[in-house]
Amino acid sequence: MRKGLAIVAGMFAAVAVAGPAFAQKQGGTLKVTHRDNPPSASIHEEATISTIMPFMPVFNNLVVFDPKDKINSPDNIVPDLAESWSWSADRSKLTFKLRSGVKWHDGKPFSADDVKCTFDALIGKDDKTKDLIRKNPRQVWYMNLKETTVGSPTEVTFHLERPQPSFLSMLASGYTPVYSCHVDGRAMRSKPIGTGPFKVVDFKRNESIKLARNADYWKKGLPYLDGIEFKIVPNRSTRVLGFVAGEFDLTFDSDITFPLLKDVKSQAPNAVCIARPQNVRSNLIVNREKEPFDNPKIREALVLAIDRKPFSDILAQGNDLVGAAMQPPPAGVWGMPADELAKLPGYGPDTAKNVADAQKIMQSLGYGPDKPLKVKVATRNIAIYRDPAVILIDQLKKIYIDGELDPIDTTVWFTRVQQKNYQIGLNLTGAGVDDPDVMFFENFYSTSSRNYTGYSNPEVDKLIVQQSSESDKAKRMKLVAEIETILNKDAARPTILHNVANTCMQPFVKGLTLQDNSIYNGWRFESVWLDK
Amino acid sequence: MGAYLTRRVLLMILTLFGMSVLIFVMLRLVPGNIADILVDSAGIVSAEEKAKIVGELGLDRPIFEQYLQWVGGLFRGDLGFAYVSERPAIEEIAPRIPVSAKLALLALIYSVILGVPLGVISAVRQNTGLDYFLRVMSLSGLSLPSFWLALLILMASVQWFGVIPIYTNEPRSLLDEMLLLSVPAAAVGFRSSALIMRLTRSSMLEVLRQDYIRTARSKGASQTSVNYQHALRNALLPVVTIIGIEAAFLIGGLIVTETVFNIPGVARFLVEAILWRDYPIVQNLVMLIAFIVVTVNFLVDMAYMALDPRIKYAD
Repeated sequence: MRKGLAIVAGMFAAVAVAGPAFAQKQGGTLKVTHRDNPPSASIHEEATISTIMPFMPVFNNLVVFDPKDKINSPDNIVPDLAESWSWSADRSKLTFKLRSGVKWHDGKPFSADDVKCTFDALIGKDDKTKDLIRKNPRQVWYMNLKETTVGSPTEVTFHLERPQPSFLSMLASGYTPVYSCHVDGRAMRSKPIGTGPFKVVDFKRNESIKLARNADYWKKGLPYLDGIEFKIVPNRSTRVLGFVAGEFDLTFDSDITFPLLKDVKSQAPNAVCIARPQNVRSNLIVNREKEPFDNPKIREALVLAIDRKPFSDILAQGNDLVGAAMQPPPAGVWGMPADELAKLPGYGPDTAKNVADAQKIMQSLGYGPDKPLKVKVATRNIAIYRDPAVILIDQLKKIYIDGELDPIDTTVWFTRVQQKNYQIGLNLTGAGVDDPDVMFFENFYSTSSRNYTGYSNPEVDKLIVQQSSESDKAKRMKLVAEIETILNKDAARPTILHNVANTCMQPFVKGLTLQDNSIYNGWRFESVWLDK
Repeated sequence: MGAYLTRRVLLMILTLFGMSVLIFVMLRLVPGNIADILVDSAGIVSAEEKAKIVGELGLDRPIFEQYLQWVGGLFRGDLGFAYVSERPAIEEIAPRIPVSAKLALLALIYSVILGVPLGVISAVRQNTGLDYFLRVMSLSGLSLPSFWLALLILMASVQWFGVIPIYTNEPRSLLDEMLLLSVPAAAVGFRSSALIMRLTRSSMLEVLRQDYIRTARSKGASQTSVNYQHALRNALLPVVTIIGIEAAFLIGGLIVTETVFNIPGVARFLVEAILWRDYPIVQNLVMLIAFIVVTVNFLVDMAYMALDPRIKYAD
């Protein structure tokens, strides 16, 4: 109930913040806190909001999720650098008609060659583009892209191996900007050139990112702001105090936890704080290649042992959301409804029965109060990982698993997981787009480089491809639910909770619509203005 | 004296050489390198992409070759390229040094200006209410962690004045900068001033009991003259030593203070560089710190001679 109220309040606040569309004022610099130093400015090379939030305003996509809408869904994709698009009859070719007269920040003209160059680099097709992108964390997004061809300077066609309706959603993500062909990768990582509403003035490592208004932006009259300044303030207490003192206009996305929210509201009662799901979920990772977790029975017991409510109560004052891999509705477009979800093992309301069932499984395997299974619970050595891991260890005790926290240096976390150098662990997974293709291909498809638990189920692979090719939304949702059921049964990264957190802004910040089903979209800032 | 100086300079060079080897080897013993971290920050990429980064940065070359390249570069004034920003390391390091230097200098001035006079007052007013008060203050200075004190200052400032003394915009003038840095300098200098105060006090108490102090008093010298001209000068030797050590240790204190007050200095940058295993930044910065420590030690030894004419360094 409380979480529901928080979300509804957040939605109302978001509407209030978005404000009327007729009173915009030009000018001013938006001051935003930033939590850490982005690894680089090259969005295509990174997988973090630390890069997306400050650098999305520098670029444009071909298409984009409607920035005025809080929910990213295939139904609200709007044109960006593309004026229009059309699918071929067999839905294997997607052709975009591009805008003419668009210029890069250095004055050079934008053309279809730039689009081809970007996607050639992403699929590693062309040697000429190999220096544009040094690493490609979303390679799996484009595994169905055969090639990109240029019809004319204002026409480009994507050729797909098979029909994939979600391909358009992936092009609409903040993670999919169009890069310029005439700038090398090193420049894109430090001072990128884009076609977007803001130009990069300066990216001072560990200090600040300064963006200035692009006076030649192709959307006439936009942006409203003269500039945006992201101040990198690694200490959260300093960030929050700075916001409370009015030094900053907007907090870093989802930076304000529920316990912190109380402090902020008491010291800055006029601040507008929006609670929203992030499409980031905490999940349990199990090394299914090592004893004893190679036994499906023990994995089943783990799934039954997770009691989600205490996690939410302790970590988010009851505001986190219960769901499977896909974000649950109403903000999540593809998540299972609550009544369906409750039928999955471990999700039922009778948690005592779940634990009793898990205990029986463990006893049948020879474990008990006098002979607990000793394991190390690995997690990234950051509070947002460690805190739920501690609760998890406590819950595992009930099923005779004696867990010891194994905090792993954050710099080698994924490397360690990829090397399968752990028993069980707690991980956080974010989705760039609220779409089953992104979630399932990235994390569960057997050949994905980001499927770092090495989960492999031919039946699931087949279903993933099947749902990806399905253009009927209702049929696709049915397939998604089927996949979720198998994943839960297989204990493939069972979800603990979907995180909800707060983003706060000063009351004079207008025109910013925060997206409710992905923290990685909606940061173009072109319609944001300051009412002061 | 000349031979002594030559010996000291040679020893300094040897120390710096040892430090360079130690820094270089220790950095590479820490698990993970920049390629691991870049890959990790992207939430995993393929092994080929990782190998490509390793090759590009030259991390696959023999370690001895890498060391020689770094040291050779140091002699040529080439500090290499920062791995993360892909800019020359000197461009990353140079603008941050003055910020930290000013903060450290202010903190040191703060600690000496407060520590020495209060230490003298505490000694000459031994066992009075003032002495007890100053001792409690110095004890609290030694006990309070600087990050806690820094946060307390920020919270109090926001609560009472509605402003936060953090570094958000580049100051327009030196005066502006000094005013801005004075608050963090006080936070970081508080501990040093407490240490200097306690040492000055105990050193003064020892000197004040000496025969020559009694002689000075019996000859009719004023209390002020006895305290500051006769006693303090002799009591300062151990204090100067501790000031020298504190000057070097201030770098450690600056890491926390720069983080809490959001100061874009070299100490915070060093921590960030260590986390990213940005070897060119870390190696050069640690060498710079080593150079400062060795030089300060040398200067402290020289200061002994100026303070006490009886001290002579034999050839």
